[in-house]
Amino acid sequence: MTRDDIAKALGEELVRIAPDIPLDEIDRSAELRDEFDIDSIDFLNLVTALGKRFALEMPEADYGAMDSFDHMVDYLAEHLS
Amino acid sequence: MEETRITKSDGVRIVSNMTDYDALSAAFSWQQGRALIDGLPGGKMNIAHEAVDRHVSAGYADQLALRWITKSGQRHDFTYGDLQREANRFANVLRAQGFQKGDRVYALLGRVPQLYIAALGTLKAGCTFCPLFSAFGPEPIRARMEIGGANALVTSARLYKRKVKGLRPDLPDLRQVFVIDDAAENTLPLADLMRVAPDHFKTEPMDPEETALLHFTSGTTGKPKGVVHVHDAVVAHNWTGHIALDLRAGDIYWCTADPGWVTGTSYGIVAPLTNRTSMIVDEAEFDVTRWYDILQNERVTVWYTAPTAIRMLMKAGTEAMQGYDFSALRFMASVGEPLNPEAVIWGNASFGQPFHDNWWQTETGGIMIANYAAADVKPGSMGQPLPGITAGIVEMDGDSGALREVTEPGAMGELALRAGWPSMMRGYLHEQARYDKCFRDGWYLTGDLAMRDADGYFWFVGRADDLIKSAGHLIGPFEVESALMEHPAVAEVGVIGIPDETAGELVKAYVALKPGYEPSEDLRLDLLGHARKHLGPAVAPKDIAFRQNLPKTRSGKIMRRLLKARELGLPEGDISTLESDES
Repeated sequence: MTRDDIAKALGEELVRIAPDIPLDEIDRSAELRDEFDIDSIDFLNLVTALGKRFALEMPEADYGAMDSFDHMVDYLAEHLS
Repeated sequence: MEETRITKSDGVRIVSNMTDYDALSAAFSWQQGRALIDGLPGGKMNIAHEAVDRHVSAGYADQLALRWITKSGQRHDFTYGDLQREANRFANVLRAQGFQKGDRVYALLGRVPQLYIAALGTLKAGCTFCPLFSAFGPEPIRARMEIGGANALVTSARLYKRKVKGLRPDLPDLRQVFVIDDAAENTLPLADLMRVAPDHFKTEPMDPEETALLHFTSGTTGKPKGVVHVHDAVVAHNWTGHIALDLRAGDIYWCTADPGWVTGTSYGIVAPLTNRTSMIVDEAEFDVTRWYDILQNERVTVWYTAPTAIRMLMKAGTEAMQGYDFSALRFMASVGEPLNPEAVIWGNASFGQPFHDNWWQTETGGIMIANYAAADVKPGSMGQPLPGITAGIVEMDGDSGALREVTEPGAMGELALRAGWPSMMRGYLHEQARYDKCFRDGWYLTGDLAMRDADGYFWFVGRADDLIKSAGHLIGPFEVESALMEHPAVAEVGVIGIPDETAGELVKAYVALKPGYEPSEDLRLDLLGHARKHLGPAVAPKDIAFRQNLPKTRSGKIMRRLLKARELGLPEGDISTLESDES
């Protein structure tokens, strides 16, 4: 799976949680929770959805590495390879 | 009822602020609580004086008052002397901009130092401070600013642009907006104004019954309620912090509550400062590793957090705690919604002490019922009433309609408190009738159902109304329904809370569509986006379901209770008023 595929999948999951935020208008290097206006429950739902989609264990201790859109893609790319 | 009991050793009991609950409860009067604060000459007082000025006068100007940890992990320290000078500057900025005693100053900010400075400076100037939750969308913000008649707002450029700018024409009372970073048109640059403002200010002497704080809480129907608290509340903030949180001078204290809610003010600003602790303020949102780092590295001694966070820590498991040293922690407490027994027991196993759950409301201004350092903990119970507070279980007599206290152990009824403690609300703004309805025969009626066991411990049973408790926040279904009704596709909507193992409850909306609209995933996302845009992530539903029709009474009122019973597979109860059923 390429980085683009991962970014696309992440975008799809984010739209389900924050459909009011246009993906092309966000700063992908900025704080994910600020950019998408999501709270900790939304964030938990996002990680759960991604974990299910990719059959990936995403432990709480790693959440710090998922703080922006780009970092989330980095994290997924690293763990899916 | 759980019969488990976590007992406390004598070693823990004798070093607690309260060593004997029964003895202190019998002996305490608010007169004694009042003696623990300074007051100002002529019977006047000011919360900011008790929080900051008196400590500086007593020689503690150099003690750490607030350590702010930025998102990137940098520390910025403010001593009591710094906090006083900054609050003085803010009070002078208010005066220079024409704000006088009685004006209402709102804050819409995350956990940043300016919030604390604005709160204290506002109180010093004799103005009323009203914090708003930064995860609110424009609708909840507009309603709360309109009802309270906000005269000034302190916020960030980002929040202003996203949430407030478009509301300006609807808020004629709003004279100035102070922005803490980049001021744009129609706002004032707070940092620039603060830089040139004098750092001396004579704290306004207030009558104890004059308004100090305004906090909003959700109602089942109608608009949110503006809960009025007066300067005298500081007597209770100080006392309850000392007794229920075991706060003492020099503690390193971390309250994780958002400053936009009452906990963030009563126990995130006032009580820790009046008790002369050093507060840890973390700008970032919840994160397991970050939180354990803070607890260890800052050597936090007293930690006040919430069930949602505790359950997330539980989920992360003991692996996440490995290698940490939490030996500085002396007391852990929780508030927001009832803490489940498993979480209390997990705390005891993992930290060597239980989380001490306590109970209170925006209306009570401070902790009313608590588990204490020196008292046994029954996991799942909210504990026993604070010394100074009389709590009871009451019910309405069916025939006469009179209020009756139920004293049999284990009997369920409405939780009520004997009116008259210092931090009791003094009003719902502009809604005298709604306020009066909360009091009866000398009792304040809480709207919570509870029971008291034979040992005098109280147990939460549920809300008597339809309010939803999600991640510790009280959400009014009406506010959510109103926002969804504004969507062109929506014919009717019912909003309820559904149980969630992490957040306690999550907001779920049931929507019936107007003719010409068909349920689809796209429409569901459109409705969700609409709700988030208007309400913000904290209030918007997390789930939306379509229905052909919703269960209604003859008068057309949607029966939320029935939606909920069906969602949970519970008995439907009395449905005699049901006129038109769901399909």
